[in-house]
Amino acid sequence: MTQPVLEIRNLNVEYGLGEQAVRAVRDVNLTLHRGEVLGLAGESGSGKSTLAYGLTRLLAPPGVITGGQVVYHPEKGDPYDVLGLSDRELRSFRWAETAIVFQGAMNSLNPVHKISTQLTDVLRAHEPTMSEHSRNARAREMLKLVGISPDRMDAYPHQLSGGMRQRVMIGMALILQPQVVIMDEPTTALDVVMQRQILGQLIELRERLGFSVIFITHDLSLLVEFSNRIAIMYGGRIVEEAPAGSIYRDALHPYSKGLLGSFPALRGPRRELTGIPGSPPDLKGMPTGCSFHPRCPKAFDPCAGNIPVLGRPGTPDGSARTVACWLHPTEQPVG
Amino acid sequence: MKYFLQRLAFYLFTAWAAITLNFFIPRMIPGDPVQALVTKYQGQLSSKAIESLYVLFGLDKEAGIWDEYVSYWKQLLSGDLGLSFTFFPTPVSEIISESLPWTLLLVGITTVISFFLGTGLGVLAGWRRGSWTDGLLPVTTFLSSVPYFWLGIIAIYLLTGPDSFFPSSGGFDSGLVPAWDQYFVPSAIQHSLLPALTILISSVSGWILSMRNMMVTVSSEDYITVAHAKGLSDRRVALSYAARNALLPNVSGFALSLGFIVGGTLLVEIVFSYPGVGFALFQALGASDYPLMQGVFLIITISVLVANLLADIAYLLLDPRTRKEG
Amino acid sequence: MTIPTSSIEQVIPGQGSMAQPETGRPAKAKRQRFRFVSNRKATTGLVILGVYVLLAIIGPWIAPYDPGARGGNLVQPPSADHWMGTTHLGQDVFSQLLVGTRSVMFVGFFAGIVATVLSVLIGVTAGYVGGKTDEGLSALSNVFLVIPALPLIIIITSTLENAEDWLIALVIGLTSWSWNARVLRAQTLSLRRRDFVEASRASGERTWRVIGFELLPNLTAVIASGFVGTVIFAVLSEITLAFIGVTSNTTWNWGTILFWAQGQQALAQSAWWWFVPAGLAIALLGTALSLINFGIDEFVSPRLRSAGKTRIKTTSGRTVRMRIGFTPVLSNSPEPHTRARPVPGVDPHGATPVVRKEVAP
Repeated sequence: MTQPVLEIRNLNVEYGLGEQAVRAVRDVNLTLHRGEVLGLAGESGSGKSTLAYGLTRLLAPPGVITGGQVVYHPEKGDPYDVLGLSDRELRSFRWAETAIVFQGAMNSLNPVHKISTQLTDVLRAHEPTMSEHSRNARAREMLKLVGISPDRMDAYPHQLSGGMRQRVMIGMALILQPQVVIMDEPTTALDVVMQRQILGQLIELRERLGFSVIFITHDLSLLVEFSNRIAIMYGGRIVEEAPAGSIYRDALHPYSKGLLGSFPALRGPRRELTGIPGSPPDLKGMPTGCSFHPRCPKAFDPCAGNIPVLGRPGTPDGSARTVACWLHPTEQPVG
Repeated sequence: MKYFLQRLAFYLFTAWAAITLNFFIPRMIPGDPVQALVTKYQGQLSSKAIESLYVLFGLDKEAGIWDEYVSYWKQLLSGDLGLSFTFFPTPVSEIISESLPWTLLLVGITTVISFFLGTGLGVLAGWRRGSWTDGLLPVTTFLSSVPYFWLGIIAIYLLTGPDSFFPSSGGFDSGLVPAWDQYFVPSAIQHSLLPALTILISSVSGWILSMRNMMVTVSSEDYITVAHAKGLSDRRVALSYAARNALLPNVSGFALSLGFIVGGTLLVEIVFSYPGVGFALFQALGASDYPLMQGVFLIITISVLVANLLADIAYLLLDPRTRKEG
Repeated sequence: MTIPTSSIEQVIPGQGSMAQPETGRPAKAKRQRFRFVSNRKATTGLVILGVYVLLAIIGPWIAPYDPGARGGNLVQPPSADHWMGTTHLGQDVFSQLLVGTRSVMFVGFFAGIVATVLSVLIGVTAGYVGGKTDEGLSALSNVFLVIPALPLIIIITSTLENAEDWLIALVIGLTSWSWNARVLRAQTLSLRRRDFVEASRASGERTWRVIGFELLPNLTAVIASGFVGTVIFAVLSEITLAFIGVTSNTTWNWGTILFWAQGQQALAQSAWWWFVPAGLAIALLGTALSLINFGIDEFVSPRLRSAGKTRIKTTSGRTVRMRIGFTPVLSNSPEPHTRARPVPGVDPHGATPVVRKEVAP
């Protein structure tokens, strides 16, 4: 758990240029360790998806990465900055090292090609020496791995159910055995039973294959259940990061507490649902200081004036967690 | 298969509607065009020919409208479209069967080339947004607003002349007899180049614009981001993912706009005196030759319907969602 | 003969979600309409169209000559007396062009209105009522769609002797509504399923109120684009009819000018001034109308808006292009952008809480 596989250093992403630019991700520092599931939570507009797509430069125009590094540690060899790769290098990095399971399985598959074509074209691009026969064998194997009968190879996306399509996407993500799998709201379009089934299966696959996961969702209760560590984003910044259990038991940031209060816990004692008053901040006109202070029930003097930086709080488990809040004095900044 | 049969039924229905329309239009003509003709060719018309013209124009005062309709169909099914006034006494069916191949070759080939060329350029313009291809857009907008026939006039003015390679009118050298030989075919090709170029230039821009917009729309679909995330080559993402999907609406657009395009291309034939059905229609108009006009309208409609059916089959092959499962 | 591009996709079943225009609620519409005017393409188109409308009104008064009046100078190139030269009868081409504008604009707009009214009636009814009515009306519009319109118009007008402009416009309008009806039907179908329409249906609003107050305001852009498309088609059709001599050649329009130019061997005499201006006038009008339609298209589906600034400079001075799939990286220094200080030891309990209003739940 200690070895990092992906380190995000002061990543900044903006939409648009110049004066009208909207800063969607601000100075984010985050480390993904080998073999762990890192949860990323926040309301819509908090920048969590932007962060995930920004990592491998997949943001559509007018998205621009204005600064930062994404350092990748390959299994063998020296670490390197993904943002510094040439287009050609980036192409071969993508999917082979970090794969993505996209939000909404409906539109992630190309409607005019068979799923076999969509599974094997990855292999054709990344392993050109592979024979057609072994490509098909590999694709079939991946389908079996995610619990789809290999005779559906010749099916078109519209012939599969939503759950099956999402499984195909997961199988596709694992076909090159990447080190990192980014899952962006992978199950929001599915019903609750299907959600848990697919996530359970994914965790099991992770144990077998040993990849790391960045799991993005607005559903904190899912994260508490399935991830090792959780990072909470608000207004483009990470406001708290801690082991899943610590977040669940005693979240330090008022926003984290608010998020927890808005979902029913599936396990553990019952709690009252509260929700957070107000609405997510407008990224164009961010409040000064801590961006959460206008909605924060515990805001006080310094909150409106200065931005709190992520640091280790003085709590007993302070060495394993970070928080950015004036309520929790920190000794040294991280990152 | 079900989809195909549905489309087929629809086209048969449309053909029926067009023929019925064709039956009613001449009944709006004031006066008695047939009588005028009969008087002109006193004695040269057989009573059977007069009879057939009366059926076409509904001047048979004794028959009810239904009986007229039935005999109209009978006549049509036996291939009798009446006699042409202009080329008296040649039957309309003969004139059409002589001029149709010219139109089919000229309009057919140029329309298909224009579709593929425009679609290809549209893919480029849509994929490389913000590059030099954006400069194409104002030009194409202007060209697609120019009437086909005016562009033809300009082409004749600028490119033909006593010592130009391009002939200014006709379908072949006047000294030649239509045949598949080494004299006639090159001459026919030479005569068709300028009309073809005119049609091509004015129709290609529509395809560029629509394909470009379709590419732009498709480019922001999730599966395009997935394709990029998969590390596929730019070419593969552009062609196999973006263009392949953007093509679908363009193909159905092709089917739907054939009627418009064919209308425009007929005029090019008129400007170039090209011996196709459009020119025949023009000659018929000048002489109030109603049987020929109707025959031309009918044959154009049926050709467009057949072309539509072909485009539908292409769509069927391109979009797996319209195919029946299993 | 352009195809309204944004409409194709909306017509295709199964492609709908891809092209759903983000139609706002009526309240939002006003602000959006304002934004439409600020679209550069649309503004250019509207300005040119405005000039044409003005000429259609004042053209016959400002024309220097009677367009039919014969003069002594036959087939003369442009001069100070005759800005666009003269015809075989010594008529002034410039005056013909000016006077002809009115007929062209009248037929274009009148046919556009007829076709638009028909397409709204047929398309919206089909989409809203559904069932057998829809099947019947859809079949009707499909039939009209595939029958080649121009030959049909030619045949019909050729049976009318010396048809007036309004009659020609009527024939064009009656035969060219089908495309718009089809687009409107598809739009209505998708709007009908939206929450706010469902809500007003469920609350027992009368059908005509739902259509008039909930549907039509949201169909404005589609209707407008259909209208503009029909005007283009009608103008081209009228000019074509005059050019091939089907309609009477006593009233002047640009097609009439071309008819005489073609018939009197303007080409053989190299009298370019005779046929070039009319064609350019048509092309410019068509371009203006297309530009308006592009504006509407971009307004309806924002993805089509031109990319704006696509080349940007990185901090190291290189230029990169914005494109899908490869987000530009302006700088990859690991320096933070915000200078934030670590949180010092403030005692939250001793501090004064921020006084602010309670946020309503």
